[in-house]
Amino acid sequence: MTPLLEVRGLTKSYGRSLGCAEVSFDLWPGEVMGIVGESGSGKSTLLNCLAGLLEPDAGEVIFDTRADGPRDVLRMGEPERRWLARTDWAFVRQNPRDGLRMGVSAGANVGERLMAVGARHYGDIRARATDWLRRVEIDPARIDDRPRTFSGGMQQRLQIARNLVTGPRLVFMDEPTGGLDVSVQARLLDLLRGLVRDMGLSAVVVTHDLAVVRLLAHRIMVMKDGRVVEEGLTDQVLDDPRHPYTQLLVSSVLQV
Amino acid sequence: MTDYNFAYLDEDTKRMIRRAILKALAVPGYQVPFASREMPMPYGWGTGGVQVSAAILTPEDVMKVIDQGADDTTNAVSIRRFFEKTAGVATTTRTAEATVIQTRHRIPETPLREGQVLVYQVPIPEPLRFLEPRETETRRMHALEDYGLMHVKLYEDIARHGRIATSYAYPVKVEGRYVMDPSPIPKFDNPRLKSEAIQLFGAGREQRIYALPPHCRVESLDFEDHPFEASKADHPCALCGATGSYLDEVITDDAGGRMFVCSDTDFCATRRGEAA
Repeated sequence: MTPLLEVRGLTKSYGRSLGCAEVSFDLWPGEVMGIVGESGSGKSTLLNCLAGLLEPDAGEVIFDTRADGPRDVLRMGEPERRWLARTDWAFVRQNPRDGLRMGVSAGANVGERLMAVGARHYGDIRARATDWLRRVEIDPARIDDRPRTFSGGMQQRLQIARNLVTGPRLVFMDEPTGGLDVSVQARLLDLLRGLVRDMGLSAVVVTHDLAVVRLLAHRIMVMKDGRVVEEGLTDQVLDDPRHPYTQLLVSSVLQV
Repeated sequence: MTDYNFAYLDEDTKRMIRRAILKALAVPGYQVPFASREMPMPYGWGTGGVQVSAAILTPEDVMKVIDQGADDTTNAVSIRRFFEKTAGVATTTRTAEATVIQTRHRIPETPLREGQVLVYQVPIPEPLRFLEPRETETRRMHALEDYGLMHVKLYEDIARHGRIATSYAYPVKVEGRYVMDPSPIPKFDNPRLKSEAIQLFGAGREQRIYALPPHCRVESLDFEDHPFEASKADHPCALCGATGSYLDEVITDDAGGRMFVCSDTDFCATRRGEAA
């Protein structure tokens, strides 16, 4: 079996300050990788480099494409990378306003990726949008409403539907539960877990919330100052942290 | 005529515009940037069209100017006078006799033939503008043929109105490649964008020129289950009786009286002349 994503020596710095340095890992099909660390530790830089939104200074990101097998996405042309980004990849942002088109209806938001890959049958697009709204627990009667009339949790679920509608194999998530209250967070995590399992998705989830990785991720990487300080199975790392920073992180979680 | 350079613009400017036109003809539907000049009229009154016309006019040309199909409205009359004064070319209102036709918002009803040039005045050349405000991003989308967004707009139309409600400036795909805004012509005119004549589009404020060479393939965007329809008011012309021409609705009194007449005044007058 080949890994879905192979990352080798990924390095990105912003002038003198370091974004992330020499990050390497493999992501296998169906696996969810959690990246944790405090603010400024390079998590988001890493995620943006992986998704082709930022150009790293060095390293390779090799994705197992459907057509040609493993390819370095950093050396692909932009048309090809954009095609990947709207078919096999998905990017769920922390703020749904960044990931949604606020000016058009929920149905158009879900349908956009379908139309971008060539769907030209209005009835089909609408049927699939309806189906996806139902799957993310949004009342299909609201298909023609604009996202700005939705609550924060609904917007986040709409963003997930919009991203998963083309059946991607790899999902990047940047703090998917950030800014939501805890009960909404719990429902969203439950939903995400179900979707990841049912669709056999691989995912890279960036978060500072250890509860999120505990529930979603199979493996985690702990980052500090742009470097990976510890890596392993989620339960192993969280129950028996080795690195002093991980120990600090785990012990900082409030117990209620 | 000694007061002006032929056709108002200086020769270097004309050369610059001609180069843009040649490039636009070579890449149908692609918006070529050009250094638009200040013209003696406000933006929005056809500064782009006037510059394109000035760059292609020769002393032998016969010019016609229409605004919404009519030869006798302010915009058409003043631009026609402008070229009479600055280029001394012959002018006409007869579509068949003209070699250069500058237009705003219509394609003449009489089919154009080889050797004629139709120059459009374009307010906003970018079909993606209202969906994506960043110019850097829209240019990239054109380069990468990333046109999913265009259908999002049509989707929204159907979701809200039950049909594609866009009735003018209806987006087209040119030669299977570039998505283009045909300027605010009614969608009735879209099928007639495939023509024997050369069609040039000038946007003065936005500084873009684009073109359709003769016989160029032009498809209106649509959905399989909501196909494109070239619609018009379902009436015959009240003056000439034509049933296949695009009509203007004219309010005749304040008691609900109205009539539908051809928007192309030359077409209508010619038909009435023949009937009489």
